[in-house]
Amino acid sequence: MRRRSRAMGFAVSLMIALALLAGAERSVDAQQATTPEVKIDNFSFGPASITVPNGTTVTWINRDDIPHTVVSSDSAFKSKALDTDEKFSYTFSKPGTYSYFCSLHPKMTGQIVVR
Amino acid sequence: MEQENKQLADIADDGVDRRGFLKCMAWAGTGLVWTMSGGIPVSRAFAKSIGKENKSADLSFVQISDSHMGFSKPANTDVIGTLKSAIDQINGLGTQPEFLLHTGDISHLSKPEEFDNVDQILKSANAREVFYVPGEHDMLDDGNGKAYLDRYGKNAKGAGWYSFEKRGVHFIGLVNVVNLKAGGLGSLGHEQLEWMEDDVKHLKHSTPIVVFAHIPLWTVYPEWGWGTEDSAQALGYLKKFGSVTVLNGHIHQIMQKVEGSVTFHTARSTAFPQPEPGKAASPGPMKVPAEQLKSVLGITDVNFLKRNHSLAVVDSTLA
Repeated sequence: MRRRSRAMGFAVSLMIALALLAGAERSVDAQQATTPEVKIDNFSFGPASITVPNGTTVTWINRDDIPHTVVSSDSAFKSKALDTDEKFSYTFSKPGTYSYFCSLHPKMTGQIVVR
Repeated sequence: MEQENKQLADIADDGVDRRGFLKCMAWAGTGLVWTMSGGIPVSRAFAKSIGKENKSADLSFVQISDSHMGFSKPANTDVIGTLKSAIDQINGLGTQPEFLLHTGDISHLSKPEEFDNVDQILKSANAREVFYVPGEHDMLDDGNGKAYLDRYGKNAKGAGWYSFEKRGVHFIGLVNVVNLKAGGLGSLGHEQLEWMEDDVKHLKHSTPIVVFAHIPLWTVYPEWGWGTEDSAQALGYLKKFGSVTVLNGHIHQIMQKVEGSVTFHTARSTAFPQPEPGKAASPGPMKVPAEQLKSVLGITDVNFLKRNHSLAVVDSTLA
């Protein structure tokens, strides 16, 4: 009887631990989903295209060793020149597809799809 | 084929015929003398005694480019030092230049102190004046290029284009780093092109022309944005001239091309080198061993000989 209840206790603890872990992972995912990051490196935006819910704040961070800018093709947003490790954030308040590029190196392009 | 060979015969008697010349085009060697003589390029075995050869040059000027004042990363943590070396190099030339041409990316982030530093360093060059065109790094102020114009654009139009004449040579400074479109290359724009057409309209065909702009005015490597979308239109206005020299920067290495009577030439940077087209993932600053850095940075000396209608373009490295 005691061994069985100990095993049960262990199983319950394990299940609670797993549930907590899953819950924690889910909240980390949720955090990444609400504050997505686009890394700028090697003259490219990565990921080149992301889809986010309306109201999301997207942050671009420059990890390249040369300055870049983030400029939307329809004038919705425009960053100043970002040197290495500098960031730019924009909160999307309207659904749509936002194409953007680096005004210094216009071959660099990206896209944010806002649902 | 035989006929063709005869036509491409060794003009300069130095073992380099026109076909060989064309092959040599992309060589980034030091002190290579290209002389335009009546529209036909003639190569001469280089000599650091270019000063001696051109004592009788009618016009002498030096092109420097891409000083990127403010840059401080492993590729070069002392762009001040290397720019000073470039000035020492200029001051050591056999023939002193009348003026300097800076083909842009003067600053790295368009900050006032960056422009100030370059101005200060260039004061010690033995040249009477400096002419500039902006690079994309010079348009990063809150006024999107107003800082550049306030400093260097007193006699310029639009975003900073202008022309001037020296000893019968007509110089045209163009700006191809504004209003760039996503996915595009450099761009001159309608207003500037109209101005240029008008600017050269009444010039005699025998007037030697020098065009200078930051981004190359021919398509060097479109994948990296190394080209100008509407340059063909600009070059079209220059078709009637017997001698056109195009001087550009932006790519931080020497590339040359001859097309009819037009010679295209890009200069080395005084700050850091960049990889050759396609030889790296991206066109960013290229690190080289510290002791090699000065050998991949440099200046371009240009001497014009009126009686020969020839322009000699000599590249040299800082070490």
